[in-house]
Formats: sequence, C-alpha cells, structure tokens
Amino acid sequence: MIEVQNLTKRYGSFTAIRDVTFSVAPGEIVGFLGPNGAGKSTTMRILSCFMPASGGTAKVAGYDVFSESLEVRRRIGYLPESVPLYADMRVAPYLDFVAEVKGVPRSARKRRIAEVMDRCLIADVQNRLIRNLSKGYRQRVGLAQAIVSDPHVLILDEPTIGLDPRQIAEIRSLIKSLAGEHTVILSTHILPEVSMVCTGVVIINKGAIVAQGPIDRLVEQFFPTARVEVEIVGPRPAVLDGVRGIPGVVRVEDAAPDGDGPARFVVESARGRDVRGEIFQLAAQQKWNLLELRQVGMTLEEVFIRIVAGEESEAGGGSTEVEA
Amino acid sequence: MRIWPIYKKELRLYFTSPVAWIILTIFLAIAGLFFYAIFGNFTRVSMQVAMNPMGARDLNVTDAVLRPLFANLSVILLLVMPLVTMRLFAEERRSGTIELLLTYPVRDGAVLIGKYLAALTLYGTMIAATLAYPAIIVLIARANVEWGPLLTGYVGLLLMGGMFLAVGLFASSLTENQIVAAVVTFGILLIFWIIGWTAEFATGTLGAVLTHLSILEHNDTFAKGVLDTKDIIYYLNFTALALFLTLRSLESRRWNG
Repeated sequence: MIEVQNLTKRYGSFTAIRDVTFSVAPGEIVGFLGPNGAGKSTTMRILSCFMPASGGTAKVAGYDVFSESLEVRRRIGYLPESVPLYADMRVAPYLDFVAEVKGVPRSARKRRIAEVMDRCLIADVQNRLIRNLSKGYRQRVGLAQAIVSDPHVLILDEPTIGLDPRQIAEIRSLIKSLAGEHTVILSTHILPEVSMVCTGVVIINKGAIVAQGPIDRLVEQFFPTARVEVEIVGPRPAVLDGVRGIPGVVRVEDAAPDGDGPARFVVESARGRDVRGEIFQLAAQQKWNLLELRQVGMTLEEVFIRIVAGEESEAGGGSTEVEA
Repeated sequence: MRIWPIYKKELRLYFTSPVAWIILTIFLAIAGLFFYAIFGNFTRVSMQVAMNPMGARDLNVTDAVLRPLFANLSVILLLVMPLVTMRLFAEERRSGTIELLLTYPVRDGAVLIGKYLAALTLYGTMIAATLAYPAIIVLIARANVEWGPLLTGYVGLLLMGGMFLAVGLFASSLTENQIVAAVVTFGILLIFWIIGWTAEFATGTLGAVLTHLSILEHNDTFAKGVLDTKDIIYYLNFTALALFLTLRSLESRRWNG
C-alpha cells in the first residue's frame, strides 16, 4: 500500500532523510519510530504530497506521490503534527467543508460526519468554535478530518500527543479498529504505544532507517535470549554456580555483585526455553529461600534504546538535530 | 474542480471573524463621508446657479457627483483592498492549515479561484452597498441620474477591484505574515497608480508605455460613461497576470527541491 524507495530530502546542505526504504502492506498499522529530529515528519510530509522529495520515489496505493499527487491525495487521510485547524470555524461546518473537499457525496455527507464525530468522541462539541476547544478535542477533530472520507491510507503524525490518559486509550482503540480496511502509518516517540497499537514498526534515526519489521521479530532479533529475574537468599557463589549448571542457561548476570543480603541476578536462557521450574527445584533442594522469580519480557523500548544508543556511540555523538 | 467548498469556506471565515464586518464598516463610513461632502457641495453650487440658466447648463450629477465619487472610491479601495486579501494565503501558512489544504484532493487552481471569488464576493458586497448613494440622489434629492455612466462606473470599479484583489492574493501567497502581504500589495498598487506621473519626463514610446501602465489612466473613462476595450483589457490582463503568478507561487512548493 505504501512503498518508499531510497527517499532522500535535503534542506539546503542539511539532509533530513537519506535513502529511506520501507513498505507497508494493506491493512497494516505501522509505527514510525524515532527520536526528535530523526526525519519522521519529513517522511510523512512527502507521503502526504505536501512536500516533494529530493530523491527516490514514494508510492501510495500504487500512485506516485510526485507525478500522481492528486490520485494519492484522493486516497489518504493526513493528520500533521501541529494539528492545523481553522480556529474561526465550528466543528461540524469544518468537517462538512473537509468532507466536501474530499469528495464525499452530498447524500452521504451528513450521516458520515455524524458517524465520524461519534467515533472520535467529538459530537458534544460540534457547535463550538475550534479556537475554544482544548488540545485533546482539537486532536480528535484533526483525526476526524483525516478519516471523514474513509480513505485507504491514514498518515498520522503523533496522533496521541497532548491527550489525557483516558483519551489516549480511546484514540488508540479507535486507530486499532481502523486496521484491516485501512492502512495506517503513525509516527510517535511513545514506545509502548507502538507495541499496543501497531503490527509492524519502522525505526528511523538521523534520517536513516535502522530497523524495521514485525515487533516480535525485531525483539527476537535484538534479544535472542529469554530473561528471568531471580532473587534467592543463600550463599552467593553457590547459588550462582548452581543456576549456571541448569541446562539451557546461557548467561547469569549478577545484579548486585558486591552487595550483602539475597543474591539478585538475571538469568538468560535460549528463547523458548523456560528455566523457572528448574530454578525453583534447585532452590527447594538446597533449602534456599526463593524470594522472587520473574520473567522479564523484552520490550520494543529496549530494542529502540539499544539501536539508537548504538548509533549514537558509533557516530561519536556529534549530530545536528533539526526538527522538520 | 472543487472550487465551491473552498469558496464557501472562505466566505464563512470572512464573516464569522470580524474581518469582513470591520472592512465593510470602515469602507462605507469613509465612502459615505466623501459622498456627503461631494453631494453637499453639488447642492450648494446648484442653488447658486439656479438663477443663472447659462451656468446651470454645464452642471450635472454625472460630472459633479458621480465622477468625483468614483475617483474617491478608488482611492479608498487602494487603501482598503490590501486588507481584504492579506489573510487569504498568509494566514493559512502561519497557522499551518495550508499543509492540510494542499494535501486535500483539490487542485491548486481550484483553491486559488475559490479564494479569489470569495474575496470578490466581499468586494461586491462593499460596492453594492454604495448603490445607496445614487439611490439617495434619485429618491430623496429627486435629481436625475444618467444610468449609462452609473453602470459603466460600477463596471470600472468591479474591474479595478478585481485587479486589486488579484495583486493582493499574489502578495499573500508569498509570505506568512499578513502585514507584509498588505504592505506589499499596497506598494505594488501605489507604484502602478502613480507610474504615469513619471511619464511626464519620459518621451516617445517609453512615455506612452508608462502612461498605459498607470491605473489612474484607466479608471476615469468608465465614470464618464465610456467602455473602452483598452481599459477593460488593461484590468483583465493585470488580473490574469497576478493570478497566474499566484498559481506559480503556490505550485513552486511542489517543485522538486
């Protein structure tokens, strides 16, 4: 649905993105992840036909964003990061304007707008001036204008920024419900959001793509082992040696090597191999007190930090940050 | 071409914000003052020449009231019109709404024409309200108005105003600052207003060209009741050029950079 090939954008001598290549399959929700200034907004502006690229191609729904811009624009819903709305318009007339511009037929417009306002939870403010709305409501009006024409592809730049936790949950479930019939690409720097909402992820840093794919596969790729956090009261060296002896254990990392008291350590084992039972059996045999035994799920957050931090140290930390 | 929704939106924004009302009020207040002064003067002079049939021969409403009124209206327009158009693109740029507007499935040309027609509608309302003055002359003062020159005078106002709006739209498309847009519009219009004055010092072809370029040169003929194709084409040309440049300025954002 979205195909991006070697996309490059330069602002003068500054390269915002270089050689960005990725694709999004129909019905997928892909999270576009990266620190501030990584090039997320730039990529989205090119995909939404607001800005031309300096090099490379981007196709949305099979149409080129540069040469077939109008066809692309018929099929997308776009929500820019700053959520620009006409402050002097009221919500319902504003959505009516958007629907009309986007070619929603007159007969379907009224019903469609009511439906979208319900879905985005803005029906109660439909007669208010946009300038008087809170940030959360504006954000949802912005989302409503993106989906009002029921587009194939949604391009959402930080859709949950500025919302309160309850609204965030509501918007996330709304976006999730769009999957299947719509293809969604959303940028964010809130990592849990990606794990909660998205099926795939594209990680971008300093204008270049550093990782992409389904979330669980990325986690596996960067963290090939399963981890268990253990806390046992007992003679430290004996405990550590005992755990190391369990088959399948790859590594045991002492969390507090110099500390007194109970031994705290992280056990890494081959993925798919659960060693918790054996650790319990070991402690029981030796009559050690087992205080804690907890599986640590490796999250996208750790993948992200590892990737971005790795890049950072390779580059020597000297980078220019430009929010585009 | 989805001109209609853009047009409706712009008109709505004109009239839901105070912009249109303030412009209408100020324009009509100033125009009314001019009309009062000119017509008051005309009635005074009429009284004086009433005793003298020879003097009254050359005195008529068209020359003594309407022509000076149209001349004065065009000067007011020179000052007011930049305020009508300054918002149209500059505000969209400043608030960022242009990012959404230009990613909707609507051609740049349709956006431009929609906005232009909305401004033209506001302008039409402004000058339609000034029809009250000839109505006062006819209904209250019971004087005769020559309908021909009145009609051509309004055609001239419409053509000139249309050109002012096109220039304003162009200036507005260049900047995100409304004040810059207004000042640039006023500057361009004023230069073309007075460019004829420099013609006095130029000779031959250059002088003729400078004279032809002057807005001033073209707007009096209409009020005299003359529809000269030279003047009509001048305004239409100028309007078309300004709109074309605006379209280019809009499209330039899509050029490969």
